[in-house]
Amino acid sequence: MKDRSMVPKAEFESYYGRPIVRPPVWTHDIASYLFTGGLAAGSALLAAGGQATGDVTLRRVGRMTTLGALGASTYFLIIDLGRPERFHHMLRVAKPTSPMSVGTWVLATFGGVAAVAGAAEFAPLLPSRLLKRVLPPVGDVAGFGAAALAPALATYTAVLFADTAVPSWNAVYPELPFMFAGSALASGAGVGLIAAPGKPARRMAVLGAGIELVAGHRVEHGHGLLSEPYQQGRPGTLLKAARLLTAAGAVGAVLGRRSRVVSALSGLSLLAGSALTRFGVFEAGVASAKDPKYTVVPQRERLERRSASSP
Amino acid sequence: MGSNSLYGPIDPATDAGYVDAPPRMGFFTDTSVCIGCKACEVACKEWNAVPDDGFNLLGQSYDNTGGLSANSWRHVAFIEQPVTSDVLGSVSSSKSPQFLGMPTSEPPGKASPGPTSDFRWLMMSNVCKHCTHAGCLDVCPTGALFRTEFGTVVVQQDICNGCGYCVSGCPYGVIDRREDDGRAWKCTLCYDRIGDGLTPACAKACPTESIQYGELSELRERASRRVADLHSQGVPAARLYGHEEDNGVGGDGAFFLLLDEPEVYGLPPDPTVATRDLPKMWKRAGLAALAMAASAVVAFAGRRG
Ligand code: SF4
Ligand code: SF4
Repeated sequence: MKDRSMVPKAEFESYYGRPIVRPPVWTHDIASYLFTGGLAAGSALLAAGGQATGDVTLRRVGRMTTLGALGASTYFLIIDLGRPERFHHMLRVAKPTSPMSVGTWVLATFGGVAAVAGAAEFAPLLPSRLLKRVLPPVGDVAGFGAAALAPALATYTAVLFADTAVPSWNAVYPELPFMFAGSALASGAGVGLIAAPGKPARRMAVLGAGIELVAGHRVEHGHGLLSEPYQQGRPGTLLKAARLLTAAGAVGAVLGRRSRVVSALSGLSLLAGSALTRFGVFEAGVASAKDPKYTVVPQRERLERRSASSP
Repeated sequence: MGSNSLYGPIDPATDAGYVDAPPRMGFFTDTSVCIGCKACEVACKEWNAVPDDGFNLLGQSYDNTGGLSANSWRHVAFIEQPVTSDVLGSVSSSKSPQFLGMPTSEPPGKASPGPTSDFRWLMMSNVCKHCTHAGCLDVCPTGALFRTEFGTVVVQQDICNGCGYCVSGCPYGVIDRREDDGRAWKCTLCYDRIGDGLTPACAKACPTESIQYGELSELRERASRRVADLHSQGVPAARLYGHEEDNGVGGDGAFFLLLDEPEVYGLPPDPTVATRDLPKMWKRAGLAALAMAASAVVAFAGRRG
């Protein structure tokens, strides 16, 4: 099956070409958070895998990356607020209708367990003999806890974007969580390929890249007019570059398995691909909100379908 | 939460947990009598102490406000339209001498018979719709946005942390974050006035009763009578917007009588609250999360240390 963009030139009316839905007030901090949040989730899974299979390097690198990405995530989320000093107001309610509220609680819980798992890595450096003995097993439990929450952390952001009036985010809700899950896996695998290349990291790279590319293809081509912002302009360029980097990273991970250098380059390529995917998706949504066409035309079509089906 | 809490016709105040809530209050804005005086914009700013949004010349007819924003909670749109005589119908003919064509040096009605043209102005005072299913309120993670006992939607400024989610949640592009302040602002339907039985400032100031305030059920009846009247007077283009309880947001607490398609006024033709599909969205995310977990297991399978 071949995808041809057969989107007819849209005719529509507007008020002086002004946007109808308001373009997001979020900045690139949010796109960066998508990446660091996904990286935290992906590397938590990597660490848990290392933990389960007795691969100490993978476990350690995974946990440290998770900690770093977690810190960056918190920073990006807070500075993007209009009132950063009030960030804790997020914690005064738990609201199931707000994906941001759900996500805050997921992130907070994940952060707690991931911090314990990360701290356990420092146990040998501690003076207390008791802590030296107790911390590692506690860290292992926490590490599995973080891994259990990681998939939620990586995918809730897709619901957060989809549950808006931003036309091109809302339309792609079926595939966006898969795109983000794949991207998170690929970035976690990237860390593994750089620090401790091995079969698990390579498999994770291929699976993650595969999920991301297939879901991304549906996002970029499966939604008619509302897929257009994912193909055009800056977001289109970002996503094209992301695709190339992700694919190259996965291929390199497999073909370069004998070379430490090629593995590390593949890992970098996967990380860059994952970051660009997030920026591309972010910008495509903003573009779809700025042009009233993407609000008016699909809604008009929906109205016409409805009036055609009810005589 | 009832089964309709995310979508469908409900009484919002009751759904939010109010016992013996007062009747739902709202606006009916009849654009067919709007003269574009902007008294509503000014009265709103005065009463609510809304800061100015700069001195702009936008080149959009007489509209230099541009649209609703954190600093404009009422906005009067001006549309200059070339129209064929069949749209204007009898309005432009002798039957209605007060029809305002392009302005002349004489006061309207004085220069009889006023020169009419195949041109018309549309004017509309836009405002927050106080949706039954409000996208802004659904997604607010702090609880800053809340439902009042009158069924309206209001931001608590001491709670809002400016996360900006509501801005993207509103299908009408109404609520906005104020730049130098960082918090979200919009029409409160003058919560501080209506609680004391007063009329909201804009409706009070409107000289033509284009903005009507009252019990929503009463306004809906009045509006349907007004459309019927206009149709019988030869204005077939008159239509209501946002009045139906089964529209995409479960009915607007502030609805309109328009003389053209909604998008001409900058309104979405068929807005839907995104939260309607939230259960489906979580289901997809759940599947993706499972796929992610399974991938990690597969990646490490067959390897024991
Ligand atoms: S119009 Fe927008 S801001 Fe107003 S209640 Fe509805 S969703 Fe909220
Ligand atoms: S900006 Fe304020 S009102 Fe809007 S969703 Fe965030 S906390 Fe709620």
